Amino acid sequence: MKVPILKLGDILLTSIQEDLTDQDAVDFQNDALCKVRTSEVMGLVVDITALDVVDSFMARVINETANMVRLLGAEVVVCGMQPSVALTLIEMGRELLGVETALNLELGVEKLRSLIEKRQS
Amino acid sequence: MMKEIIGLQQQTDIIQARKIGREMAKTLGFGSADQTRLATAISEITRNAIQYGRGGHCAISGYSDRNERKISISVEDRGPGIPDIDKAMEDGYTTGHGLGAGLPGARRLMHEFHIESGSGGTKVVMGMKQKNF
Ligand SMILES: Nc1ncnc2c1ncn2[C@@H]1O[C@H](COP(=O)(O)OP(=O)(O)OP(=O)(O)O)[C@@H](O)[C@H]1O
Ligand SMILES: [Mg+2]
Repeated sequence: MKVPILKLGDILLTSIQEDLTDQDAVDFQNDALCKVRTSEVMGLVVDITALDVVDSFMARVINETANMVRLLGAEVVVCGMQPSVALTLIEMGRELLGVETALNLELGVEKLRSLIEKRQS
Repeated sequence: MMKEIIGLQQQTDIIQARKIGREMAKTLGFGSADQTRLATAISEITRNAIQYGRGGHCAISGYSDRNERKISISVEDRGPGIPDIDKAMEDGYTTGHGLGAGLPGARRLMHEFHIESGSGGTKVVMGMKQKNF
């Protein structure tokens, strides 16, 4: 597994630490979904601080992962996107990345908690 | 004048090409936003060459003189070509279950963008330049 996924109470934390090939990204998606299902968590935070390129393929994998995790009944927050990556995604057009985001890991966990609360109420 | 050529056969070549592009842009004095625009555009076009064009190569060249700095990318493949380029350049058009955002996105990120395609393959040339002060 190239991207370690850690369990912290009722949520999962994962940090993508290096440039992923397309296959690595798909593996990550499968691992994340598997882990959400088997560990019965309420949510997943994906830290992408280390990613210096998020292209349309990576955007699609992130979107799909988030959609599937939500279908499983959990929430997803992506955090730590570099400013130049955010700028590039916006310039490329439309809403390429359709997920909840937060500035950093701490705020990401906070946001995830509030999304989980909302879903439960 | 700097020049690098990267063969495009497998997924790791995409990462290699965008890394080399970013480094060259940085060396030439482009800022981090431009480095990311360039690396992302390279990622889109080299992936297309591998995914749809059976591979090929990517040439990255750059210079900086008293007037300007410029970086040019040329990606060529020997695949089946794109039957309708206008359509392929539209947002959301895909034949491969993608977002259809690669070609139109890369065009918006770069200052220059040309594409030609025929039964012998596809060639995309794109460039980014800036005045030197
Ligand atoms: N080098 C190429 N050779 C042949 N066909 C190509 C090539 N590049 C693009 N195409 C065609 O143009 C379409 C649009 O390409 P584009 O990169 O915009 O979107 P995509 O690759 O389908 O999805 P995305 O890039 O968002 O993951 C492709 O689906 C494919 O049919
Ligand atoms: Mg593409």
